[in-house]
Order: sequence, then C-alpha cells, then structure tokens
Amino acid sequence: MSTHTSMKDVTAAPEFRLLVIAVFVFGLMSVLSPDRFLSAQNLTSMAFQFPEFAILALAMTIAMMTGGIDLSVVGVANLSAVVAALILTQFSDAEMPASQSALWLVIAVTAALCVGAIAGLINGSLVAFFGLPPILATVGSGLVFTGFAVAMTGGSAVMGFPGTVALIGNATLLGVPVPLVLFVLLAVLLHLILTRTAFGLRVTMYGANPMAALYAAIDVNRVLLKVYMIAGVFSSIAGLIVMSRANSAKADYGSSYLLLSVLIAVLGGVNPYGGYGRVIGVVLAVLSMQFLSSGLNMLQVSNFARELIWGALLILVMVINTHALTALRGSLKPSK
Amino acid sequence: MTNLLPKDFWSRNETLVAGVIILFCILATLSDPRFFSITTVSDLLRASIVIGILAVGAMLVLVSGGIDVSFTAVAVVAMYSSTVLALAIWPNIPWPMIFVISVIIGAGLGAINGFFIAFLGLPTLIVTLGTLSIFRGFLLTFIGSQRISNLPPSMRDFSRGVLARGTTEAGNFYSIPWAVLALVFVIVLTWFILRKTMLGRSIYAIGGSVESARRIGINVKWTQFFVYVYVGALAGLAGIIHGAVGRMADPFSLVGLELSVIAAVVLGGARLIGGYGTLTGTMLGVALIVIVQNSLIVVGIPTTWQSVTIGILILLGTGIPAYRAKRTAAQAG
Amino acid sequence: MSSDHDTAFIDLRAITKRYAGVTALDSVDFTVQPGEAVCLAGENGSGKSTLIKIISGVEPATEGTIRIAGQDHPTLNPRISAAAGVMVIFQDFSLFPNLSVAENIAFATQLSTHQRFFRSRSARKIAGDALDRIGVQIDLDARVESLPVAQKQLVAICRALASKAQLIIMDEPTTALTDKEVRRLQGIIRMLKEEGVAVIFVSHKLAEVLDVSEKVVVLRNGKKVAEGPASDFDTQSLTYHMTGRDVPEMPPSDVTAGAQTLMQVQGLTKAGSFADIDFELKTGEVLGITGLLGCGRTSVAKALFGLVSPDAGSITVDGKQVPLGDPQAASLARIGYVPEDRLTEGLFLSQSILRNVAVGRLDAHSSAGFLNMQGLTEEASEWLRRLKVKAPDVEAPVKSLSGGNQQRVALARWLSRTPRVLVLNGPSVGVDVGSKADIHGIIRDLASQGIGIIVISDDLPELLATCHRILVMRDGRIIDALDGKSVTEDDLAQRLAS
Repeated sequence: MSTHTSMKDVTAAPEFRLLVIAVFVFGLMSVLSPDRFLSAQNLTSMAFQFPEFAILALAMTIAMMTGGIDLSVVGVANLSAVVAALILTQFSDAEMPASQSALWLVIAVTAALCVGAIAGLINGSLVAFFGLPPILATVGSGLVFTGFAVAMTGGSAVMGFPGTVALIGNATLLGVPVPLVLFVLLAVLLHLILTRTAFGLRVTMYGANPMAALYAAIDVNRVLLKVYMIAGVFSSIAGLIVMSRANSAKADYGSSYLLLSVLIAVLGGVNPYGGYGRVIGVVLAVLSMQFLSSGLNMLQVSNFARELIWGALLILVMVINTHALTALRGSLKPSK
Repeated sequence: MTNLLPKDFWSRNETLVAGVIILFCILATLSDPRFFSITTVSDLLRASIVIGILAVGAMLVLVSGGIDVSFTAVAVVAMYSSTVLALAIWPNIPWPMIFVISVIIGAGLGAINGFFIAFLGLPTLIVTLGTLSIFRGFLLTFIGSQRISNLPPSMRDFSRGVLARGTTEAGNFYSIPWAVLALVFVIVLTWFILRKTMLGRSIYAIGGSVESARRIGINVKWTQFFVYVYVGALAGLAGIIHGAVGRMADPFSLVGLELSVIAAVVLGGARLIGGYGTLTGTMLGVALIVIVQNSLIVVGIPTTWQSVTIGILILLGTGIPAYRAKRTAAQAG
Repeated sequence: MSSDHDTAFIDLRAITKRYAGVTALDSVDFTVQPGEAVCLAGENGSGKSTLIKIISGVEPATEGTIRIAGQDHPTLNPRISAAAGVMVIFQDFSLFPNLSVAENIAFATQLSTHQRFFRSRSARKIAGDALDRIGVQIDLDARVESLPVAQKQLVAICRALASKAQLIIMDEPTTALTDKEVRRLQGIIRMLKEEGVAVIFVSHKLAEVLDVSEKVVVLRNGKKVAEGPASDFDTQSLTYHMTGRDVPEMPPSDVTAGAQTLMQVQGLTKAGSFADIDFELKTGEVLGITGLLGCGRTSVAKALFGLVSPDAGSITVDGKQVPLGDPQAASLARIGYVPEDRLTEGLFLSQSILRNVAVGRLDAHSSAGFLNMQGLTEEASEWLRRLKVKAPDVEAPVKSLSGGNQQRVALARWLSRTPRVLVLNGPSVGVDVGSKADIHGIIRDLASQGIGIIVISDDLPELLATCHRILVMRDGRIIDALDGKSVTEDDLAQRLAS
C-alpha cells in the first residue's frame, strides 16, 4: 500500500540486506571459481536445480504468513508425483503417439494438482475447523500423505514415462529452462496475491493478529483453507518438476527440501510468527542459497557440509532478524 | 470405585490411548492368538527402549512450552563420536565410560540449543530445525560417514547382558536386555526431577505461564537452558544404547525418527502450548507407536500402511482434544 | 510529617519517571504506613501503574529516592522488592493455570527459601495456613484453571500472604467480583490490616474499597493532585480529582420523535451466559448496557455481532433477520463491533494505521479479486482525517499511536462501512481524559446522524454522558431499564451493586 518509499526505507528493509547477500555470494563464488561458476553450463544447471525447492519455499511462505507452517509440503509433492506417475505408467507408454501421451500428461498433471488442492484442503480444515496447531496438523497429515504414496507404490520408485514428461523439468522455453519459467510465474502470482488482492491482505492481517481478524469480520476459516490449498497446489507443482527431472516418482524423494524450504522462507525475511513476508525476499533468499550451494559444489564440499552450512545460516539469520543479540546483552545485565 | 479415578479420567488422553492399545491387543489376539505372549511383550519392550528415552526428553521440552526436533541428531552424533573416540583412544574402555562420554556430548549439544532458545529467545522449532542439520552435517562431514560394526568389545558385552531370557512353551525365544534398566532409570530420574524438585515444578510453571513464572522469581532462562541440556543428555544415552544394542554405529540411523517420537508424546497428552504432559501418558504414547510400528501386520494391515496409521493417530490424538477445547471455548462465549 | 516518613513502610520521595521523552511520573511523594490501606486512584495513563512498577522494582525510577521498611534502595529489582515484603497481585493474577491451588500458593515461598526439592506436604501446609488465615476453603488439589475468578483472586492473595507480604498491591481488585464477593474481600482486607499488612488498591473505580481504606492518593497526568484521609472523599470528589472536570459532560440530545425501530432483539439466550435478552434500538438512539463484570454484558455484545452463538432468540435490523453466530453475516447486516480489548481483539498492532482501517473495506474496493489500492487508501485516509486521528505517518504501525488515537482507528474501520448499528464495548477503556470526552462527542455525533449505538460499559459517568437509555444486567438477565436523562450516578451505582 506504500506509494512513496524513500531511499532510506529501501536500504533498511530486510530484503535489501538479502540483495546484498545474494550479490556478495555470487561475487565471491565468481572470484573463487570464475571459469566454472560463471560458465554457461553451470548457470543453466542452477536454473534447472533450484525451482523445485524454491517453489516449496513459496508454499512455506504463504503458510508462515498466517503464523502457521506447512510441514507436509514434501509429502504432498511426493504423493502428487506418485499419483501422476501411476497414471502415466498405467495409461501411456513410449510407443504411443506424442499427441496421445501429451493428453495423458495433461490428465496426470491435473490429477496431481487436484491431489495438492485436496491435501491443502485437509490441512486447512484441520487447522481451521478442528483447531489443531499447524505444526501437528501438518506433521500428521504429512505422514499420511507420504504413507499413501508408500502404500500405492510399495515404497519403490515408479518409472517408465513417455518422453513428453521431460517437458516439465528438462525442456527450455525460448532458451529458458521450463522449471525456472514455472517458478517465476508462481512467484509473480504469489506476489500479486499477497500484495494486490483482498485475500492477500487478509492473510497478512490474520497472521498479524488472528483474534483481531475474527473481530474485523474476516472469514478466518476461509482464509486458512485457501492458504493451505495454495500451499498444497504449489507443492504438487514442485513434485511434478522433481518427477520430470528424476524421470521417476518415489515416496521419499527430496526429504531434505523440508528444512530447506523453512530455511529459505525464514532467510527471506518471512516472520515465522506471521504477519510479515515478501516474495521478493524469498526469491533473493533462493538465489543466495543456490549460488552458495552451487559454489560449494564447485569447491567440492560434500552434501553433508552443505546441510551444516544451511542449518548454521538459518540460525544466523534468525539471530540477525530478531535482534537477539541485543536481547542477550539486556539479559546479562546484573540487575536481573 | 469411581472416586478412585481422577475427576477428568474419561476425558484424558492417557485413557484414550490406553483404550486404543487394549483394543489393538484384543484384535491382535483374536486374529493371531500367538500375539498374546511373553515373546511379543519382550519384543515390544526392546523396541521401546530408545524411543522411550527420547520421548521422555521430548516431553520435557513440550512441558516447558517448546519443541525440539534435533534430539535424534544429538543422539546419533553423541553415539557415533563417542564410539569413534573410544576406538581411537582406548578400544578396551569399559562400557559405562563410553556411555558417560556419549551423555556428556549429548548434553553439550543440548546446551547449544539451550543457548539459542533460552538466552537469545529464538523460536524453538526454527532453532532445533537448524541444529538438526548442523549436528548431522558436522557429524557426516568431519567425524565420519562410514558404518562401524566392530564396536569396542565392552559395548558388545553390554548388548549381551540380559535380565531374563527363556523359551516359551510354544518354542519362541524371548529376552529382556539390560538396556531396559536404562529406560527405567530415566523414567525414575525424570519423575523425581519433575515431581520432587523445584526445578521440575518450575518447568511446569514456565509451561503454564512464562510471564507469571518471571514475576514470582523463577529463573526462566536457566530453567529453559537446563531442559535442553537434559534432553541432550537423554538423547546421548538413547543414542549409545541404540548403537550398543544394534551392535553397529551407523551415522545415518535415528534421524528421521523425531516426528514419531514427538507424535508419541503428543498422543500421551502433552500439549504444544506447554504446561501439560505426564510420564504415564508419554509411555502409553510410546507403547502405541511401537505397537503400530511392529505389530500392524498382526491385525491384517500391511506394513506399507504404517506411516498412514501413525499419521492418522497423530491427527486423532491431537485433533480430538483440540476440537474439544475449541468447542468448550465457543460454549463459554 | 517527618514522623510519618520515619514509620512508613514505603516512603517514596520526589519520584520522576520518564520514558523516551514522556514524563509518566513527575516528582511524586508517596508513603504507606504498616497496616494502612491506601487507594491509589487515577485514570488510565495517570501514572498509577508506573508508580506500582517502581515500588515493585519492575521499572527503575529516573529520579527520586525509595525507602522500604526504613532502608534506602538506590537500585531496586523485583526480587529485592519481594524480599522486603512487597507483593503485587496483578489484574490477571499471574497464576499458573496448569498447577494445583496448593502449588500456586506455595511456589513463591518455596522458591525464596532456595530449597532444591519440592515438598508436596509442606506446600499443602503453606497453602492451607494461608487459606485458613483469611478463613477461606478451596480444594488444595484443584487445578487453578478450573476455579472461578473470585477464587483465583483469593489464591493470589494467599500466595502473597504465604510469602510474608508486608504490603499487598492489588491492581483493579474488584472489577471481576460480585457484590457478595467484594464484601468478603473487604472483610479479608480488614483482617490483614489488623495483622499489620498494608494494602494499596490501584483502581479507577474505588467506591467498593473506599470504606476499608485510610488514605486516598489521586494521580493525574503523572502528578499527585490530591491526598487525604479516605473519609474526605466520595465517588463524586474522586471523579473530580481524577478527571479534573467538575461538571459532567453534556447529556445527549433527544432522540428524534418518531424515530424508527432499527434493531430488535428478542429472547436472546445462551445457557450459562445470558437469558431472555429483549430490547429495541431506534435510529439515532444510544443504548447503554451495564452491569458488573461477569454479568454477561460482553457476551451479549459479542452475540449481537455473531462472535458468540446464542442458543435461542432473534436479532433483526431494519426488519430483516440477522443470522446468529456469524460475524460476516452481522457485518453484512451493517452491524459494527468495537471490542473492549483493543490490543488483542481490536487492532493489528504491527500493521500500518492505514491497513487497520482499510481491512474493513476490502470487498468494496476489489474487482475480480484485485484491490483498487488507490481508492482503498484514499477512503481510509479520509476517515482518519474525519476522526481527527493524529498520526504523523499513516504507514506507521498502529501500535505507535496513543490509546485515544488507536480507538479512533478502530472506530474509523467500522464507520467506513457505514454501519446501521454500532456496538461499542468499553469505548474509552485505556483512553486518556481528553480523548475520552472527544470519543463521547463522536458517539453523540454518530447518533445524531441516525446510527443506532449500543455502549457496553461499567463506567457510569460515560453511560450518563452518552446514553438515552440504560439497561442494567445481572446474572445474565436484564433487570432494569432506565432513562438516561433522569437517572443519577448514585442511583445507577446502587442498582448495579444491589
């Protein structure tokens, strides 16, 4: 709603800090490993890599905006992918003409998105109508979703898709990787939803003070249902990208993405207690993470070390964002 | 008879969980009479040890009004590092010393959680999600990522020690290992702390109302700090027992179990808002989760449905009280 | 005078407290003798809570000296203050809902002895003794969350006694009590005084505790404006000192003759909260609903706005039925509700002033889901101007505003929806004296524009200054309907308490 923001406001915003971090990490990696980090090949592979977890981070963002959290995003992503994969393997095969397999792909994608929406509806109902704390509701539902994926596949990977499936995860559109296009579209969409729609403003207001939202005649149950449904649909899109890139679907793919999506949302300045968050912050956080992760890869740092660095980053960002150190100084004063 | 029961007996989670367990056992026995045997009990008991110790810790955190998801990482780091340390320095170390080292490492890692939560005031879920990956990442990067199967001999001795063993008339073998004593010890110690010390009562008080606790002079920060250190120590103990009983130090084990453990605790009646949680409830919750994990097949549910079953149990176990609370609030106007 | 200072338990001299440029207390002297009961009166924002925070060591004084029991305390903190025998009973009682009565009473005492171990038997003894001392019986094993409000207060008093309190400070002690409970509290206070325990009552309504008090101190805008024996004060003179105004506000002008019925409430009932609520509201009428806390007035207010679901009854606006228990339906029927607790229910503190108003008009300014930002902003700004909200920057969070301006923001949100009926619960709670009169002015203005207004309040002068009719509630029922013009404050007070 701000129409005029001075330069000072811009530099004071947490998003500006993130921009500095993203540029800094990019610069650092470019200096440390110029020929490899800046190579076209690396830049392209980064553009293929990050959208899947970045989209999960967008799902996490909207849940966190309400002061909740969605710990079922990975479960939803995998269940959606498994459903799509089963449809594809059941009804289509490699010999099928492209037009026919494309039709089945559309059906499978639609089914996956429906799974995401239904899963979100379940999460939303648990939080809104049954009053479960979002953490427990989504931990429980996440287990159920993952469990269904396990039960449907017996725990093994589903593969053998027609070639058209690669369109989602491995193709490019005018030279831009399709996953990246999807991510940009979803990020812009979420940004518009949060800042330009009545619903988005209600989400923010509910996150700032759920009680006051009720007293302001906001239909809080509807807000929650929609929020978790959006998170569910976003998760299922991420699941489809993972499925296409891996050319298979499995109940336990991408389990490290859960932490990563929480990390990116928090790193992006989203307040885990609700009421504040901007998509641009999340996008910058995604970029910083991908530059860092890719750079570390070049420097031959193991996956495990990356996990360590991510965790440390999460806590560091919380310490900075909450001004916790000032609180510490206050608490160590002798008068307490 | 009725006045022997607590007033809220029928509305408690403990009652609900106990009912489900009994129902399950009846169904299981009906479909397979062999289920009702000492072998089953000893199997379930053995499966409960590590989860049980971890659950006691997780309950303490919930009572204090926080949540910890890092304890499995603490357990595995403590187990693996103490084993590596023992093998490197003194392979013939007696097992109690390895246990002590593991507990100390666990407590130290817990102190890191405690520092960020109690003294920096950061949200507990975010901190422990972060330390979960820090601890594990540190372990796998710097300490090792190989399974170790030739443990110090004393750890093997420990795993061989049994309190009771035998063969049932049907010819099934059963044994109850020493490690059960560790669970008993942890329960008794925690019961003592929670019921008989001011510290324990302060943990409940903080969970009930942080502001009131501060006003009457409870040292909130140090109490919270203690909780995370204690949980870390319990995780260290659970970790080393897991390693010893399994006769292998596997750096990839345990992590991933945290949500099932929290589920057990929540099923047992502990609440996320803090202030509520009992050892009885926690143990019943653990029993239910362990039964679901091990014996689902007996009542005809395939093991692939395990995760769905646990998920549904969590949703019911937390949903029913939450829904009831919501209705009561609406009634009160 | 000097002998007073020598024997005093609490002796504060020339206490000044400044917060970021605002002077909350300005050179206040304050003494309390052992066994003395002092009424510390003042409106919200007068500085009385700041004074209490200084005595209890929660906040340091900027200037001045503090003596407790003859000892100077250049630096005070809650622990030193408690060790000296100063116990504060906050309005929320600061109890632990999840612990037993015995533990709640004994906790602080056991903590102060630095014992490591919790002895359940000694806790029960401490608690039992404290309860015996004030002659009350409460189940020691009951969880505090299950107790009624009056018993929670007694538990809090017992906790203070168990900690060897020399001075008990009670914040708004009578707001939640029925008349019978107030009389029991008075008896307990008398007993405590005989034992040499001093008491400070902090309140803006003191009629109930005036006759057990020796001394009255009145603060206004951070200054001590009156001090003297309790017998020199009555409700009227207290109000005068607290508000600085002698003449009551102008009563509202008459409802236009032949005004139409706007809202009709029939047989509204909710088990355990209220029963058979019937009334009628005309256009341009201001209707007061009053009663002690717990009489059901807030539940009725919430039921009018759908926040509480009644079991039976009906509400109509302009002859049309309003679905019950649905805030969205109520707001569609153009009923507005400004809650009592602005900070938790009324406002989105971290959000901008503009958004706090605009949130009421999102639907009106959106097409195909998207908002017309400019229209929304302009309308909200216009309402802020009309209600004279003093804000340097409408993009600043609403928590940066004073209580009076916050209340205007809450009002602006509803007024922007052009309500037919406006339910105001405690419209001037936590608002300074000047703004209070302004808000009353706004209420009268709105009524003259034809809006029907329901004022829920226990602030009697406020009701008299705004209402055409006043309904008195007790135990969930309307027991009296009075004409706002002819009733006097004393009369009203008596009907409330009887």
